[in-house]
Amino acid sequence: MGEAIVITSGKGGVGKTTTSANLGTSLALLGKKVCLIDTDIGLRNLDVIMGLENRIIYDLVDVVEGRCKIHQALIKDKHFEDLLYLLPAPQNSDKTVVNEEQMRKLISDMKPDYDYVIIDCPAGIEQGFRNAIAGADKAIIVTTAERPAVRDADRIIGLLEKEEHIEPPQLIINRIRGHLLHEDEEMDIDGVADFLKIDLIGVIPDDDQVIVAANKKEPIAYNPDNRVSLAYRNIARRILGESVPLTPIGSEPKGFMSKLKKFFSVR
Amino acid sequence: MNKRIQQNVMIKGTKDGFMLHLDDSCSFSELLKELEVKLSANYQFQENDPSISVKVHTGNRYLDEQQEEKIKEVIHKKKKLFVVEMISNVLTKDEAKRWKEENQVTTVTKVIRSGQVFEVPGDLLLIGDVNPDGTVRAGGNIYIMGQLKGIAHAGYKGNNEAIIAASVMKPAQLRIAGQVNLSPDQYSKWGHDLECAFMDEEENIIIEKLQVLKKYRPNLNRLEGGL
Repeated sequence: MGEAIVITSGKGGVGKTTTSANLGTSLALLGKKVCLIDTDIGLRNLDVIMGLENRIIYDLVDVVEGRCKIHQALIKDKHFEDLLYLLPAPQNSDKTVVNEEQMRKLISDMKPDYDYVIIDCPAGIEQGFRNAIAGADKAIIVTTAERPAVRDADRIIGLLEKEEHIEPPQLIINRIRGHLLHEDEEMDIDGVADFLKIDLIGVIPDDDQVIVAANKKEPIAYNPDNRVSLAYRNIARRILGESVPLTPIGSEPKGFMSKLKKFFSVR
Repeated sequence: MNKRIQQNVMIKGTKDGFMLHLDDSCSFSELLKELEVKLSANYQFQENDPSISVKVHTGNRYLDEQQEEKIKEVIHKKKKLFVVEMISNVLTKDEAKRWKEENQVTTVTKVIRSGQVFEVPGDLLLIGDVNPDGTVRAGGNIYIMGQLKGIAHAGYKGNNEAIIAASVMKPAQLRIAGQVNLSPDQYSKWGHDLECAFMDEEENIIIEKLQVLKKYRPNLNRLEGGL
């Protein structure tokens, strides 16, 4: 029996979909069988980031309304033999065509076949959000270290705490910019974690390569040398129950000489 | 007819006015009748007499609102008398429950998050924070062991004596009874530890260090055990 994890944030544009794609990929890279579900009906994105948008035949609404079987709608990611699947959202409908009961049933039908079901939640707290959390066992909150995003995350955590079927949510702080941490511009990692008072499961640095990867239709997690990829892989390992320490961000030495020094000091 | 000898209505004079003791073993109609007789038999008031306040003590009899009104009506027929207080030894279960709720401290351990409103009838002891856009509301005092960054409303049913105390006082708004105190635009990074808010005689909300509370609200100290 697998676990259903909803990736949510409240505010839009903080990286829910990127996080869903990369966590799903990282878990599959670790040998787990994963299904990604895009619940952002009418504004789907996850298929694009996964590079699977040309292969959509059926979607989530077709499944819940019985027009097709689940396995017909699932798109297999070719990077893996049989580990990573996507259930896409329709683009020509809206969030009210699905209700919570249907989502609950869909996800409980899928859980036996997968190790992890990752649910990508739409922004906002309306029907789309309620659908996304209806079948979830766990929740991961994504926020950036900006006040508006943190405020919305706080609201979402409050709503999630009322749901008894979901474990206490965990936190990912996304797009941390090392050079801002030392100024008072941004709330720092500790500040955000202290404010929201939930467990921190990972910190993702800000990196242009994420956008490059999205445009190349391949999640950054496939790149073994990138620090964002490493951060996502570490989160995946933490989800599996390993204890991986948080890597400090912003303390990396700059310049060739200091890198050289660091290189030799490791030996 | 020696029943008549037993008095159902007793009038006592005090230095503030009259005290009417109503017997609680007779029927209500009997009581009402005798009250009327007693009051008319007495003194005839003059035009320029000062009005006299009356306290009514109903003993162990429970009066509903209508009955209370009737008794007041009878007394108010006498132009110079007016009822200031109805005292009774009994109260209904609902009243007792409300009274108990309003006088007890509710303890909760949680973070009041953005968009949440947490309300208690009596005092609130919150072990946790109130985040921005979160609201706590109490009929009595609010004590916060944590950071107050949202809205706290103490004595919301109109209790001017209510206070708000917090380990870290950086609220968006403080409200006591009907008064609102807006926050400064910017809190300093340090300070604001162990502060309290209360209302002074001019109904201004004062924010001060916690130690002044002893002076302004001595009733908060309940001596229970120890020295």
